[in-house]
Amino acid sequence: MIEPSVYVHGLEWTTKELFTYPNEFITWSIQIVMYPYMTGLVAGAFVLSSLYHVFGQKDLKDLARFSLVFSLALLPVAAMPLLLHLQQPLRAMHPLFTPHFTSAISAFGIVFSTYGLIVLSEIWFVYRKHFVDQVHELKGIKGSKLKRMIFIILTMGAMDISEAALAKDKKAVTIMAAIGIPVACFLHGYAGFIFGSVKANALWMSPLMPVIFIMSAVVSGIALCMLTYILIMEFKKIKAAIARGMGDTSVQAIKGIEMEVITKATRYLIIFLVAAISLEILDLIFRGYTAMKSWDILRSVMYGKDFVDIFMLQYGIGNLLPFIMLLWPKRTLRRVAIATTLILFGVFMMRWNVVIGGQAFSLSFAGFMHYHMPIIPHNWETFKEGLGGVILVIISPYALFWVINKFTPSLGTVEEKI
Amino acid sequence: MKCSRRNFLKKSLSGAVAAGLPLAAFKFLSPREAHAAVKEANLRWAFIVDTRKCVGCGLCVKACKKENEIPYDVPLTRTWIERYIVTKDGKTTIDTPKGGRDGFTSKKVRGEEIPDDQITKAFFVPKLCNQCDNPACVQVCPVGATYQTADGVTLVDRKWCIGCGYCIMACPYGARFFHPVYRVAEKCTFCYHRIKKGMKTACVDACPFGARQIGNIKDINDPVAHTILTERVAVLKDEYGTKPQVFYLGLDERVR
Amino acid sequence: MKNHVLRPLWVAILLVIALLVARKLYVPADFGINGRNFTYGYYRKASVNDWKEFKVKYKGRQYCKECHEENFDSISKSKHRIIQCENCHGPAIDHPDNPEALEIDRSRGLCLRCHADLPYPGSHRNDLPAIDPEEHNPDKACADCHNPHKPDLEG
Repeated sequence: MIEPSVYVHGLEWTTKELFTYPNEFITWSIQIVMYPYMTGLVAGAFVLSSLYHVFGQKDLKDLARFSLVFSLALLPVAAMPLLLHLQQPLRAMHPLFTPHFTSAISAFGIVFSTYGLIVLSEIWFVYRKHFVDQVHELKGIKGSKLKRMIFIILTMGAMDISEAALAKDKKAVTIMAAIGIPVACFLHGYAGFIFGSVKANALWMSPLMPVIFIMSAVVSGIALCMLTYILIMEFKKIKAAIARGMGDTSVQAIKGIEMEVITKATRYLIIFLVAAISLEILDLIFRGYTAMKSWDILRSVMYGKDFVDIFMLQYGIGNLLPFIMLLWPKRTLRRVAIATTLILFGVFMMRWNVVIGGQAFSLSFAGFMHYHMPIIPHNWETFKEGLGGVILVIISPYALFWVINKFTPSLGTVEEKI
Repeated sequence: MKCSRRNFLKKSLSGAVAAGLPLAAFKFLSPREAHAAVKEANLRWAFIVDTRKCVGCGLCVKACKKENEIPYDVPLTRTWIERYIVTKDGKTTIDTPKGGRDGFTSKKVRGEEIPDDQITKAFFVPKLCNQCDNPACVQVCPVGATYQTADGVTLVDRKWCIGCGYCIMACPYGARFFHPVYRVAEKCTFCYHRIKKGMKTACVDACPFGARQIGNIKDINDPVAHTILTERVAVLKDEYGTKPQVFYLGLDERVR
Repeated sequence: MKNHVLRPLWVAILLVIALLVARKLYVPADFGINGRNFTYGYYRKASVNDWKEFKVKYKGRQYCKECHEENFDSISKSKHRIIQCENCHGPAIDHPDNPEALEIDRSRGLCLRCHADLPYPGSHRNDLPAIDPEEHNPDKACADCHNPHKPDLEG
């Protein structure tokens, strides 16, 4: 007879098997799976855009602009899972007010805002000319007063678009992108540190954890950018075909550029994918070989209860299959789209297997816990820490991107070329 | 222009350092504060659990829940009792129905009865927060909402905790949970409100058999300190380096 | 117009200043390193007092003795003297003001906590008088025959 005002966190989605301590529940649920997944996408998208700005990979130019703006759209969404997870969301500012730096979570606010400022200023430098142009263009046009006001604010009063000023912008972009790479990696690597440093958890505690997280983050970020890019370009193709009639050459033109961009991006995707998988396998082999006290229970979780999740879904369908699909000769856009979707799924399963898998066994090593994600919510808790919360987190970046892209058009370059 | 900016930065930086230093340097303690500090330094709460005396009555769990306002019927508890049954085939069966709140009144373990003649030994192990000297839970709190008092008790600041659950994940003993009403991290406080008034903890008072004791480990004349220093005691999971301050007498190797 | 490049930096600095001001206003003055070091002693000092002022519910047998000396004496002569009054009578809290009367737990379950038969080798439980609750007058309350303050039927 539990009173309604009393809420036992985790009771609704945890089942226990054999012996567990009474207070053990799946405390870190689906939103903590989403958190490293979303930060990973942010970091990956940013690294992809930096490949162009810093390392001068010119072939990535179109993708770079898009992924930069997209990483901004993803940024607030990376913090969303944490807010949805907190039991006291109104106190979310406390880590910024009284950061206890011995905790991996405390730096989140600082690293996150630093990174946000870097992305914002980089975008500002990239789009400053656009903002100024818009201010001039919209002058006197009816109904655009508000829009022009926003653009005026966005210029922050810097209206100079002389050659010299633009050259300075370009230099600033390179510098911001260069600073951004380590910060992005840090942002994500330290999400790995949050798990890797929990000594109480036999599955999580590993110095490799941050590196594994960075690698798979970059993989997922590149995959997401490629997939979104393909989808948007396909959409444009359809639009172009309708507008100009079937058989128009512009469709072919878009297709050619698209494939070129995707081919180059695929190369980086594969490099990071190999690195991520190698590290994960190394971690697994090392645990088996050293066979510490916890290995018995870890083995029964990995090779037993979670076998399908880890070896079939994550490594098989999420890593190996797309790996073959990408390397197979005569690559097509459709195949790349499917492969990147599978990779995104694979990285999600990796996060799942770390977060949920790490709580699949009791700290006593004498029992198991099972997580049942709430599908149909019957209260706020089961919504936010269930399927509803996941969907909310997944669609938010696209909604945000739609808004942001109104002010910083990141998909226009191809059309200009035509 | 560049030169002047650098100068400006330099000056403002050194100014900030100069302004910050004296604040720290001029902190003196009043005699009363100094006396209190010395007194505090001679006090470190420690706990003894004698597993040989425990009969699994669970009165400690009941008292703890009532004393510390943990809703009685939720499956969460600051202290609990585990039952270990070792059988002839070398297997260990462990359970803790309702955390031992209602005691152990049945031979059944998770619905199945183990025949008496198969049991080679069986015993009860009370558990509670170990009030570690190096608490992993405190180290990982991102906001300073959990801390160790001067006398060694780890507490949670209910007004500051953000409810991230990191401390719950970091504790190797499963001693922490979210309070079902206040929605913040919750744990055993060694009944801080009682020990500060010269009382014993609710669980120590409730135990009819003296299986639980609390005392000052720094006072050589304290019976608890005496036991820890003179008898063979063990702690739980010392491999985590948390330095638990709950000491066990008669602890079996099978206890997790 | 010369240094438009630094404008995002000024914005960033402004934000940091805003955060520091907000922090100063919001965070209690006693928040800081109040314990042995930053790792284990970074907290709001008043929190310790919050815990010290937590309400005591179990007052201990000496508190009961003040009014109920007779009952205190009777149980002191029995084997049950090791059991605190409040284990069966419930926490005193502010009794007799609040609650006026304590609710006594007379259930079989209470007695069975110690006296349900669990023949565990090596456990102290084995040394206690025990019954099989399903065999031993399962429909009766223990207190029908056994006086908890004088548990031996002979005595």
